[in-house]
Amino acid sequence: MSEKLEGFDRRWIFLIMGLLVLLPLLFPLALPLKVSSRVQAFHDTIARVPDGSTVLMPCDYDPGAIPELVPMTQTALRQLFDKNCKVVVICLWNGGPGLVDNVVRGVAAEKNRQDGVDFVNLGFKEGREAVMVVMGQGIANAFPRDYRGQDTRSLPLMRGVRDYSSFPLLVSISAGYPGTKEWVQQVQARFHIPMVAGVTAVSAPEYYPYLQSGQLLGLLGGMAGAAEYEKARDEKGSATKGMDAQSMAHIFVAFCILAGNWVQWRKKRSPAP
Amino acid sequence: MNLTPDLSIWISAALTLFIFSFLYKDNPFYKFAEHLFVGVSAGYYIVLNFWTVIVPNMWDPLLKSFSGQGVNAGRPGLIAVELGDYRVFMVIPGILGLLLFTRFFGKIGWMSRWSLAVIIGVYAGIKTTGFAQGDFVAQVQGSLQPLWTGDPGSSINAVIFTVGLITSLLFFFYSREHTGALGTASKLGIYFLMVGFGAGYGYTVMSRVSLLIGRLQFLLQDWLGVG
Repeated sequence: MSEKLEGFDRRWIFLIMGLLVLLPLLFPLALPLKVSSRVQAFHDTIARVPDGSTVLMPCDYDPGAIPELVPMTQTALRQLFDKNCKVVVICLWNGGPGLVDNVVRGVAAEKNRQDGVDFVNLGFKEGREAVMVVMGQGIANAFPRDYRGQDTRSLPLMRGVRDYSSFPLLVSISAGYPGTKEWVQQVQARFHIPMVAGVTAVSAPEYYPYLQSGQLLGLLGGMAGAAEYEKARDEKGSATKGMDAQSMAHIFVAFCILAGNWVQWRKKRSPAP
Repeated sequence: MNLTPDLSIWISAALTLFIFSFLYKDNPFYKFAEHLFVGVSAGYYIVLNFWTVIVPNMWDPLLKSFSGQGVNAGRPGLIAVELGDYRVFMVIPGILGLLLFTRFFGKIGWMSRWSLAVIIGVYAGIKTTGFAQGDFVAQVQGSLQPLWTGDPGSSINAVIFTVGLITSLLFFFYSREHTGALGTASKLGIYFLMVGFGAGYGYTVMSRVSLLIGRLQFLLQDWLGVG
C-alpha cells in the first residue's frame, strides 16, 4: 500500500483538488462559519468611527490578490458608506489603481456616493515609504492630482483633509510590500492613527504581532477573514461563497500531509533491502 | 448556463484553461499562454511606469516649471518651491535617474553609484526609523505582558506567549553550545517555531487555494454564467 502511494501520479492529486474546489462552488455545502475575535474587532473598530468622518483607505494590491482582497475592500467600503463616512483611497502598487478604481466605483454606485464628495481615488504614486512620509506633510502634496487627473485641492472632500490628523482611522488592505507593515512602521507608529488591516492569507502571520501589541486593532486574513467579515456584516459575497471549497481543499491537504508522513514512516520501519 | 458574448472574457477563459493544462503535462497551449503573459506583462509595466512614474513625477512638474506655471498656481516662478511642488529641482532626481543608465557604458559605469548612494541612503534612513518606531520599540513594549491578568484563560495565554518568546530567542543564541538548560530551552523554542511555520504553511495553502477559487469563480460565473 505504502509503495503504491509512493509512486502515486501527482496528477490524481491535482484532479481531486480541482474537483473538491469546483463541486462546492456548484453545489454549496453551507458549512458553518464563525466570526473570529480579530475579524469582529476589525468590524467593531470601523463601527466606532464617528459617522460622517473621513477615513484613509490604502488599497495596496494588484489583480493577483482579487479573490482575497476585493471582497474585503467591498465590504469595508459598504460599512463605511453606510456610516456616511467619506473615503480617501490610494494605491502604492502600480498594477492596482485601475482595479481599485473599479471596485470603489462599483460600491459607490451601489450606495449612491459621489466622486470627489463622498470618496476620492488618489491613484498611484511611486515612492513606497517615501510617499507615506510625504503624506504626513500634506495629503495633497503627495497627490496633487487624483486618479482621474482632477486637482486634488479643488475636490470638496479634500478641502477638509490636511494630513494624517484628518483621519480617525486607517484601513489598510494589502497584498505585500509596500503595504500594511510599512503603514504600521511609517504612519501608525509615528502619527498614532488607529489602524485596521485586511491582508492576503500568505502574509497574515506576519501581522499577528502587530495585532497582539495593539498597533492593529483588527485583522482580516485572506479569504477566510473576508468571509467572516461578510458574515459579521450579514452579507453574502464571493468570499463566503468560496469558503466551502476552501474548507474541502484544506481537509484534502491535511489528508495528503498525513498520507505522506505515513508513507515515510512505513519506509523507515521496513528493513533495508 | 448562460455563456457570455463578451470576447475579452472568452480570451481570459481560454488563457486560464491553457495555463491549467500544464497540470496534466507541458504542452504548446501552456507555452503560448506563458509567453503571451510574459510579453504582455513586460510591455504593460513599461508603459504603465512611463505614464504613472516618469510623466506625473518628473516630466509634468518640469514642463510646468519651465513654462512658468508651478503645480501650485498661487506661487509662480522656477524655484518658488513648497513640498510636493518641486519644479526646477526635479532636474536633480532626473539627472540621478539618467546616471543609473551609465551602468550600460563600461568606463563611466561608476557614475551610477551616486544615484544608488542616494536611493540606498534615503531608504535606509526611512526604513531604520520606521523599524525602530514601529517594530522594535512597539514590539518589545507589546511583549512585556503581565503573567497573571486575573482571568485564568488570558493568563495561560500570556505564560505560553512569554515562554515561546524566550525559548525561540534562545534558539537563535549561538554563542554557547546548545547543551544542558540552554539545549532544553532551545529545543522547546524549536517546537514553538514549528507551530509558527505550520500556521504560515496553512495560511499559504489558503492563499493559493483562494487563487484557484477565484479562477474557477471567474470561469463559472463570468464565462459560463453559472451560479
